[in-house]
This record gives sequence, C-alpha cells and structure tokens, in this order.
Amino acid sequence: MMVTLNDYLILSTIIFMIGLFGVVKRKNLLMLFFSTEIMLNAVNIGFVAIGKFHQDLSGQMFAFFIIAIAASEVAIGLGLLILWFKRKNTIDLDSLQQMRG
Amino acid sequence: MENYLYLALFAPLVGALFATLFSNSKKAQIVGIITSLLLATSMVASLILLAHVYTTEQIIHVNMMDWISIGHVYIPFGFIVDQVSVTMMVVVTIVSTMVHIHSNGYMDHDKSFNRFFAWLSAFVFSMLILVMSDNFAGLFIGWEGVGLCSWGLIGFWYHKEDIAHSKDLTKSPFSTLSPYSAVSPSWAANEAFIMNRVADLGMLIGMFLIFWNLGTLQYDEVFANIGMLSHELVVAIAIFLFIGAMGKSAQFPFNTWLANAMEGPTPVSALIHAATMVTAGVYLVVRANEIFTIVPEVGYFIAGLGAFVAIGAASMALVATNMKKIIAYSTLSQLGYMFVAAGLGAYWVALFHLATHAFFKSVLFLGAGNVMHAMNDEINIKNMGGLRKHMPYTALIMTVASLALAGIFPLAGFFSKDMILESAFANEAYILWTVLWITAGLTAFYSFRLVMYVFYGKENYHNLGYHPHESYGYVIAAMTPLAILAVIAGWFEEEFVEFITMSLPVWEGHLEHNTHYMLIGVTSAIAIIGVAFAVFKYLKNGTYFSSSMHKRFCYKVLANQYYLPHLWEKVVVKPYYKLSVYCWKKVDMKIIDAIVDGIAKIIYTGGAEGRAIQTGNLSSALKLMVGGVFILLTLILFFGLTK
Repeated sequence: MMVTLNDYLILSTIIFMIGLFGVVKRKNLLMLFFSTEIMLNAVNIGFVAIGKFHQDLSGQMFAFFIIAIAASEVAIGLGLLILWFKRKNTIDLDSLQQMRG
Repeated sequence: MENYLYLALFAPLVGALFATLFSNSKKAQIVGIITSLLLATSMVASLILLAHVYTTEQIIHVNMMDWISIGHVYIPFGFIVDQVSVTMMVVVTIVSTMVHIHSNGYMDHDKSFNRFFAWLSAFVFSMLILVMSDNFAGLFIGWEGVGLCSWGLIGFWYHKEDIAHSKDLTKSPFSTLSPYSAVSPSWAANEAFIMNRVADLGMLIGMFLIFWNLGTLQYDEVFANIGMLSHELVVAIAIFLFIGAMGKSAQFPFNTWLANAMEGPTPVSALIHAATMVTAGVYLVVRANEIFTIVPEVGYFIAGLGAFVAIGAASMALVATNMKKIIAYSTLSQLGYMFVAAGLGAYWVALFHLATHAFFKSVLFLGAGNVMHAMNDEINIKNMGGLRKHMPYTALIMTVASLALAGIFPLAGFFSKDMILESAFANEAYILWTVLWITAGLTAFYSFRLVMYVFYGKENYHNLGYHPHESYGYVIAAMTPLAILAVIAGWFEEEFVEFITMSLPVWEGHLEHNTHYMLIGVTSAIAIIGVAFAVFKYLKNGTYFSSSMHKRFCYKVLANQYYLPHLWEKVVVKPYYKLSVYCWKKVDMKIIDAIVDGIAKIIYTGGAEGRAIQTGNLSSALKLMVGGVFILLTLILFFGLTK
C-alpha cells in the first residue's frame, strides 16, 4: 500500500487538532506551550509532505524556519514563564487576568 | 472706460462691506455719509458711461475673470455696457443715490442705522450685477442677490410682533384699510423670498433649456442661435423665463408679496419695490427680446397678463387707505403697463416707461416716507389732511410726481404711458387699449385721492397728537433731482428712441396723424377727468366712498385685495403647513428617524451584550478565537464551493 499525500495531510490534521484541543482545554501554561509545539509540528508535517510530493524544496525550507522560530519562541516563552512563576508562584493560565476590561 | 465700469459696479459693494463692519454697533452718521458718497461715485461713473456710449456708440464689454470653466461649460464674470444696460445703470444709480441720502434722514432715529445701509448698498451692487452681466448666469446671481437684499430690508424690523387675523377690515393684516401691510415684517420678508424662489425655479428651467440646447449662456451667442431651435422649444424657454419675470415683477399670481413688502422701511419701498428691483422682470423681457420676438403668442400672453394686472392693481388702490399700499398697487399697475408694451414688441417703450416710472414713483414713495416720518409712522391717509401747510416742499414734490404718474402733459408719465397706449392701439389690441385707458383714469383718480387726503382738507390728526414738520433740508434736496427728472424725463423721448434702438428693435406705431392726436387727446382727457373728479369730489364732500358704499360687496372685495391673500393662506399656506407637519410627525419621525435610531440601537445593544465576552481570561479568549476561526473557515468553504 502506497502512502499518499492525503495520508500525510490527514495525519497532520489529526495532530493539529490534538494540539488545538490542548490549547483550548489546558490551563497549565507549560502544557499550553507543549500544545503549541504540537500544532507547529503538525504544520511542519504538512509542509514537508507537500514539498516531497510536489518536488519542491520550499516546503522543507519553510519547515526549517518554523522549527527555528518555534525554538526561539519557546526559549523566550519559558523565560517569561519562569519570571511569572517567581512572582505569582503559579503557572495557571487564569492567573493572567490583569488586563480585564 | 473699463475703469468707470468697475467703479460703477464695485463702489456700492465697498460701501456695503464698510457698513457691514459697523452693522452691530450703534448708529454712526459716517456710515450713511460714506455709503451715500460711494453711491454718488457709482452714479457719476454711470453717467460718464452713458455719455460715452451715447457719443461714441461703442459698447463696452469686459471679461473680468473666468467663473466656471469645465469641459464645455464656460461662464465668465463678464460685464456689458450697452444702450440697454447703461440706461438701467443710470436709472438705478440715480434713484439709489437719492434714496441713500433720503435714508440718512428717514432712518435717523433707528437703532440699526448702520445695518440698513449695509443692506441697501448691497442691494444696489446686486442690481448692477443683474443689469450689467453679459450672460444669464450673471443675471441670475444679481437676480438672487436683489432677492436676498430685499428679504433683509423688508424684514428690517424683524422684531415686530405678528398681527392676528381678523374679519374687521380696519384691523386685518390682509386689508388695505388697516394700518398693517402684512402679518409682520418677517412674515412679509419670508413671503417675498419664498414666492420669488418659486418663480425663480421657472427662470432656472428656462436657463437650463437654453444651456442644454445651445451650450452657452452668453447673451450674444444665445440670441444669435436662438432661431435654430424648434418653435415649441423657444416657446417653452420664453414661458419659463417669463415665469421668473412674473415673480420678480410681482405679476399675478405672484402679486401679493409686493403689497406686503410695504412692511419694510419706506426708502426701501421707494428703491426696491418701486423703482428698481421689481422692474428686473421687465428688464429680463427687454434684454431677452430676441427670444420673445420670435414667439409672438407668448408676447400676447405677457401683454394680456400685464393689462389684467394693470387694471386689477389700480382697482385695489381705489379704496385703500394704507398710504404705502396705494403706491404699491400703483407700482404693480405700472409694471402691468410695461409688460403690455414689452409683450407687444415695443421693447423700448417698456424701457422708457420703466425709466420715467422709476423717477416719479421713487419720489412718490420718498414723499410718503417724509409724511410718515412727520406723523410718527401714521399710515392711514384718513388720519392726515391739510399737511401742505406744514410740509410745503413734500406736498409740491408729491403733487408733481402724482401728476407725472397720472400722465398729465408735459410730465414724464404722459409721454411713456401714451406710447404704451399707442403701441396697444397700433397692434390692434383694442381690448388691451381699452383696459389700459380705463386704468389711466383710475390711476389719475387714486393718485389724487391720496394727495387730497394727505395734503388738503381738514386736519384730522390733531386729536391723535401728531405734530407734523417738514423733513430735513438735505432730504428735500435729495428728492428734488428725482422730482425734476419726473418732470423732464419725457422730453428726451426722441433722443432716447434714437439711442436705445441701437440695441433694441425699432418699433413705430403706424398710426395716422389724426388717430395719433385723437389717442393723445382721449388718453389725456381721461387722466384729467380722473384728477378733476378726485379733486372736486374731495373739495365738495371731504370723502369719496359713502358709508353705504362701505357695506357693499365690491368695496369689501377691493379692500381685501380680491381676497387673494386669504386665498393663498387657505389654498397654499395652510395645506402646505399641514403637509409639513404630517411629513415631520409621520414620515420624518416615524420612518426616517426610526431607521436611523434603529441602526444606532442595534450597534449599541450589540456592544453592550458583546461586552460580556471581554473577561480578560486568556483561555476563554482562546476558545473564542478558535471558534471564530472555525466559523470563518466554514464560511470560506461554503462560499468557496458555491463559487
């Protein structure tokens, strides 16, 4: 059985939905980061698969960029998270409510 | 010569702007003097232009600047001084200079002295634009300008209270026996303004028709090409232009505003509502004579309407005791005469009567102003009497002016009015001639009825506590040139004909000598009979209409101005008011306001309700965001697929 582009895209969508579900459901900021990473990697799978099947390197290149950006994002995000934990002693999402309108 | 043109045109504007600077401050004599001097400058410049055009026969045509120049539309601020416009300029500036000087005396005690002169000078400027423009658009600017200034001057005493309607003829604002000329000055001003706007719509349509079909509004180009249009189109243009003229010249059915405009200060009545502005309609017909010449059927209508107005207005003046209304109706009647001449193609005759009428009518009004000023604004001629002892010069001038109005040889009115009757007779319009002939008798009668009531007989004002006195010397001096012109203006008939027919069609009555002299004799006879009847009846009875007459129906009809103001009130004003209230309460409030308020309400409630989602909680915001993205994606899918 040949693995087609569609299968990859379905896999990508399933992983993306898992990530999205995590973003919506989780209250722990660390878990939120994980979920975001999952979503980003789901997109990466899609890019790489399309790049492979269409004989176009742009997809792979884009995936590298996303990995790099995700890494730096997590670096900054974790730094902020540690600062937040030191202040409030919690990383619960609901503690971030100072901008209430 | 161009500089004289600009001087004549802009001197009044400078005066108006100068006076405007002080319009809210208290009376400053210098304002009156400076505006009068500037008007005199304008008058001198106009006279120089007249001399220039008369001697060299050259027309001065200047293009001051472009006004509208888009695509095919080209309308400049161009001015022309030809035989017709220079005649109008001279008449306008002479009368207005004298009226300015007279106003210095008349408005002496008025707290808005400065404002008065601002309006008055602005009026003269607009009038000069009207007569000097070389295209219909410029004429229309002047036309609206004089309308605006007339509004400001009729409503000059805008603070006066409204007069209640009444069945009593001596109290009703619509009767000529009451001291009130209209419900109130601001009412009269609005009436004049609105009625003129209605008529101006006709004029605008006429101008649009000209522009659509000829692509220009310049007089020379329009008149050169008007013959190329179809006959029906020219008829339409002529009719629409004449509707505008009817409004400005207060012809039936737009006539009621003129009598009500007498609420304004008397010098205003002299300048605007007798000598100049109301003759603008006649000027338009004369100026556009090349349009009216090719549609004689419209001309006959104009002449017929003119004769109708002439006798209708004269009959209303018979019973009136409101001094200014008598003179106003006489103005209306004389305008009718002018339209008869213009309608029958005797354009120069119309212009001739316009000029002579301007002189004797303005001085008549100024005299009335003197009388009212001396009598604490008393306006009922039955409360006067014997004033010639106290105001000999005014009495003399007004008598002379009335003789000129009546058309007694050798005063100005004789020549011009006689020419109009001749033109009617020569055109074989015998019905018009008869109507005008009877009107001439009525004119003589009511003019001298006024003179007799005011200046002769028993002094009826003693128990009313008036102490009449002659006006200031300079006021009389300002009236003297006009009075002299009222006497001599007719003597220059031949020179005038030769001069004016260079730009107006030649018209000569082809009458035999015998018929000619017979006509003069018959016309003079009825005028003299009218005067004599007025004089002797007064000397014998001391009154004209016995008390039994007062109860008759015809007397009441005339005193109520043929019930025309009542008719307008019932047929136009009240239904229109009701319609307006209906539109306001139902259409405006219930539909338009409801829609606008509804939209605002939806947005407001939407905002108020939607505020709940702004909790500041990140996870709920994320949930909303995800939900939003899903909705958007669904929409894209849905619409993307249906495409």
